[in-house]
Amino acid sequence: MTTQTMNGTMETAQDTGVIRLAAGDDWFAVCDRSLLTPGRGVAALLPDGRQVALFVDRAGRMYAIDNRDPFTGAYVLSRGLVGSEGGQPFVASPLLKQRFDLATGACLDDDEVSVPVFEVRAD
Amino acid sequence: MPVSTFPTAHTATAAAVPTIVVVGHGMVGQRFLEALADRGLTASAGTARVVVLCEEPRPAYDRVQLTSYFSGKTPEDLSLVEQGFMEQHGFELRIGDPAESLDREARTVTARSGETFRYDTLVLATGSYPFVPPVPGKDTEGCFVYRTIEDLLAIEEYAKTATTGAVVGGGLLGLEAAGALKGLGLDTHVVEFAPRLMPVQVDEGGGAALLRTIENMGLTVHTGVGTQEVTAGDDGSVNGMSLSDGSSLATDLVVFSAGVRPRDQLARDCGLAVGQRGGIIVDEECRTSDPAVFAIGECALASDGRVYGLVAPGYEMAQTAAEVIAGKEASFTGADLSTKLKLLGVDVASFGDAHGTSEGCLDVVYADSRSGVYKKLVIGQDGTLLGGVLVGDADQYGTLRPMTGTVLPVAPEQLVLPAGAGGPVTLGPSSLPDEAVICSCHNVTKGAICEHTTLPEVKKCTKAGTGCGSCVKVIGQLLPQSQDKGLCGCFSYNRSELYEIVRALEITSYAELLDSHGREEARGGEGCEVCKPTVGSIIASLAPTVGASGYVLDGEQAALQDTNDHFLANLQRNGSYSIVPRIPGGEITPEKLIVIGEVARDFGLYTKITGGQRIDLFGARVDQLPPIWARLVDAGFESGHAYGKSLRTVKSCVGQTWCRYGVQDSVKMAIDLELRYRGLRSPHKLKSAVSGCARECAEARGKDFGIIATAGGWNLYVGGNGGATPRHADLLAQDMSDAELVRLIDRFLMFYIRTADRLERTSTWLDRIEGGLEHVRDVVVHDSLGLCDELERLMADHVRGYRDEWAETINDPERLRRFVTFVNAPDAPDPSVKFVPERDQVKPDLDILAGPVLAIRTLEGTAS
Ligand code: SRM
Ligand SMILES: Cc1cc2nc3c(=O)[nH]c(=O)nc-3n(C[C@H](O)[C@H](O)[C@H](O)COP(=O)(O)OP(=O)(O)OC[C@H]3O[C@@H](n4cnc5c(N)ncnc54)[C@H](O)[C@@H]3O)c2cc1C
Ligand code: SF4
Ligand code: FES
Repeated sequence: MTTQTMNGTMETAQDTGVIRLAAGDDWFAVCDRSLLTPGRGVAALLPDGRQVALFVDRAGRMYAIDNRDPFTGAYVLSRGLVGSEGGQPFVASPLLKQRFDLATGACLDDDEVSVPVFEVRAD
Repeated sequence: MPVSTFPTAHTATAAAVPTIVVVGHGMVGQRFLEALADRGLTASAGTARVVVLCEEPRPAYDRVQLTSYFSGKTPEDLSLVEQGFMEQHGFELRIGDPAESLDREARTVTARSGETFRYDTLVLATGSYPFVPPVPGKDTEGCFVYRTIEDLLAIEEYAKTATTGAVVGGGLLGLEAAGALKGLGLDTHVVEFAPRLMPVQVDEGGGAALLRTIENMGLTVHTGVGTQEVTAGDDGSVNGMSLSDGSSLATDLVVFSAGVRPRDQLARDCGLAVGQRGGIIVDEECRTSDPAVFAIGECALASDGRVYGLVAPGYEMAQTAAEVIAGKEASFTGADLSTKLKLLGVDVASFGDAHGTSEGCLDVVYADSRSGVYKKLVIGQDGTLLGGVLVGDADQYGTLRPMTGTVLPVAPEQLVLPAGAGGPVTLGPSSLPDEAVICSCHNVTKGAICEHTTLPEVKKCTKAGTGCGSCVKVIGQLLPQSQDKGLCGCFSYNRSELYEIVRALEITSYAELLDSHGREEARGGEGCEVCKPTVGSIIASLAPTVGASGYVLDGEQAALQDTNDHFLANLQRNGSYSIVPRIPGGEITPEKLIVIGEVARDFGLYTKITGGQRIDLFGARVDQLPPIWARLVDAGFESGHAYGKSLRTVKSCVGQTWCRYGVQDSVKMAIDLELRYRGLRSPHKLKSAVSGCARECAEARGKDFGIIATAGGWNLYVGGNGGATPRHADLLAQDMSDAELVRLIDRFLMFYIRTADRLERTSTWLDRIEGGLEHVRDVVVHDSLGLCDELERLMADHVRGYRDEWAETINDPERLRRFVTFVNAPDAPDPSVKFVPERDQVKPDLDILAGPVLAIRTLEGTAS
């Protein structure tokens, strides 16, 4: 049903199912897919206390990056706006607007900055 | 080596400090005092005694802005003297005590009060007096000049009983006086002896363009005729003028504005050298024929043989004299007479050899009488730009003037022709030299910037644009232009074009708009952080009209909103939110105040009175927003939209009900307006204020639309702005009834929403759109585009469709679901949002967020 791609993104054709994040050796169940609005993110709490920003795009692809904005230290990336440039999806931090590639976590406005990426899938 | 009549600051001793007497406390006199203070020559510093003799009944004020008195500025607003300035420096200002005689031998000045002052250095800054031609009847009651605040007060008083006014003189000041008479409601005539208006500044063609525009404003202009006599009626006051062509003009009031003459009488009386046609002769150091006496400003005849009637050269003389008196070297050898003015709303500029007097020069002229545009460039035989005149459209002044004396990089006709006729080529920053510093924060030159091709590259490699951000616009102009005026990488249309598309095609979905009207390569994509909120705002502005949901978080609209709109609150630096309930007009009952206090106390929020007459509650977690609002809504509060690009506040002053000066109920009007326009989404935030009288306690002229009460109703001012680039609002219409006022604001706001760019406040919009204020007035007052019905209808739709976003949210469990920190742990509070105490309240605990702090990306868009 689903095909896992590199960089933790994955594709699915439906919008039901449970979203899972790779946590250690396990796939940690986060929530039902239907709770996500395309183009918008939500934050999820991992058992070890880490915060993850989860996004789903128009095509239904899911992405997961760290929720902490490295520029301000605030845990807010899940509340940014999603966009794409040349087919590459990104989120713009809601605080000072730096953009982060959702697939790689790289900051598009500063070569030296990136955020961790998480593997995500839905079943 | 300059000869100093005066010991320098550090050699002076307290025992024998020299005395500087300044005669005249006008614009230049005041600047001279500031220059002394800058150089430490003050009584407070123990280096000089400074006595200032001031003839007028008030300290120096901004004479250049004199006419703004009629648009609501008070004499206090015009003052040039900062509060406490005289006291701070120990300057002895003698108001209303002019100098009557000088004794150069004894080095004394005697004032009208009879007091005599000994000076070591004397500075004459007596300015000019208005020249009144020696026509019979010139002193009749009803004749005035236009130079001082007292003149204006007298004109204003007299105009109350007059219906017609005539100005003698069609120069710069004459036209300004004519504009003022018109503004006082008089049927106004201008009589100019020369064959054209503003003969000194513009040439014949320019005068003709000006004439048409001024006649279109309803003024009557008589050129090529002189005034022969002012006639009086039986009561002894003015009833008309007879003119040199044999005709006569009936008028109740005459203002002479036939030029100014230097006030050099004091100097003449004591034998100082004066010019043949007046003016106290000074050398390059601004010293008169007596080394102990200086003359500066309009009373001086400068070393280049000119008497300058402009303030900037006067200021230079003030600096020069102060520098010389302080024992340093300085000289004033002449100044540029270039001028750019906005006369009665018409741009007029002239620079260099505007009249083409150089030998063998050629004129390149473009004239369009219909639109009142006239442009002339004077070009030398070898192609150098010698000067020019621009009337009606002076946008190019900024770049053309610095190029005077150089060979233009393009054919001159390309610079004067309008778009569509082979031009115009605008010489923007591209014509600056490579050494020009563009980014002053990081000291980056044009040359360094031009080595790069994109803004991110410039920022990364040169740091230009990463400081205050104010140079980013110019950098953008320097980089290779894509000719692309599109909103962003996703749309080739700008905001107002997208507005028209959404309105005409009744598009209610962003995805639909992107896929049908986006750039080819962006269709089917995610869009971006620029166009999403912009389109979200357009759809919200037009919601009732195009049939979209009026609730900004419905369906797909939720994904478009910036984070603030998405949570209907303002994001703070630590990820918490602030809450600003609407307090219309700033009026609030004690009960409601108590509720706000209780809510803040119960949720531990930091409380602050805002600059917008309401209360901001800071430090709420996402999951606390609904319970907080449940209590606020229950107590009758609504969203204050502090998070939206929408109406913020309509400030009010207390007005007629309580204030002894008030002439209308400003509080009621503010509340009415705030309730009418609340929730209106717009290209940028909208602010307003209503003042109960011209004292303007509500600061209405700093607002996007500001209202000031008059005895006859309300005046509406538009395009005001505080913030980074302050701008006072311009008068749009006067003395309106309540209904007329509301109707005009409806039209104005809807026209702005329709045509402005993304994040463009009304101030920048008004300055940008073609035709400026006049065009806007044509459209919204005179309905020149036939749009007014539609604009009013759009606003009526908005008013009818308004619902409080927070009330809708808390009453809908589906909508409340998004207000959780963690999708998988709805009850867990955000562990990163913590507070520490400060001054009996709380502040964000930033330590728990600590990590490397990195530079910000850009200023724009950082605001809600
Ligand atoms: C709370 C307040 C300061 C205060 O403690 O008094 C405030 C706070 C903010 N202002 Fe302001 N401004 C506040 C009054 C003002 C005023 C004064 C006024 O309105 O009378 C001005 C100048 C007047 C004007 O706007 O012309 C003002 C000019 C700005 C600007 C510059 C706008 C400009 O055109 O240059 C920004 C930045 C922007 O909007 O792009 C801004 C942006 C902001 C933001 C939204 C920045 C942000 O995104 O975080 C601040 C958020 C407040 C919050 O989180 O609740 N704020 N701000 C005031 C709220 C008034 C209210 O009740 O709504
Ligand atoms: C309506 C108007 C619009 C203008 N617009 C512009 C413009 O757009 N741009 C521009 O560059 N310029 C403009 N000007 C000209 C500008 O105001 C003057 O260049 C400037 O004020 C000159 O400054 P000043 O100090 O030399 O003279 P003033 O400002 O006239 O000051 C001289 C002062 O000396 C006082 N005084 C005279 N004799 C004595 C005495 N014996 N004892 C004590 N005090 C004395 C006078 O009362 C006066 O207060 C405008 C002028 C007017 C009237
Ligand atoms: S603006 Fe006028 S009416 Fe309003 S408070 Fe001030 S003085 Fe009173
Ligand atoms: S001037 Fe360039 S960033 Fe401030």
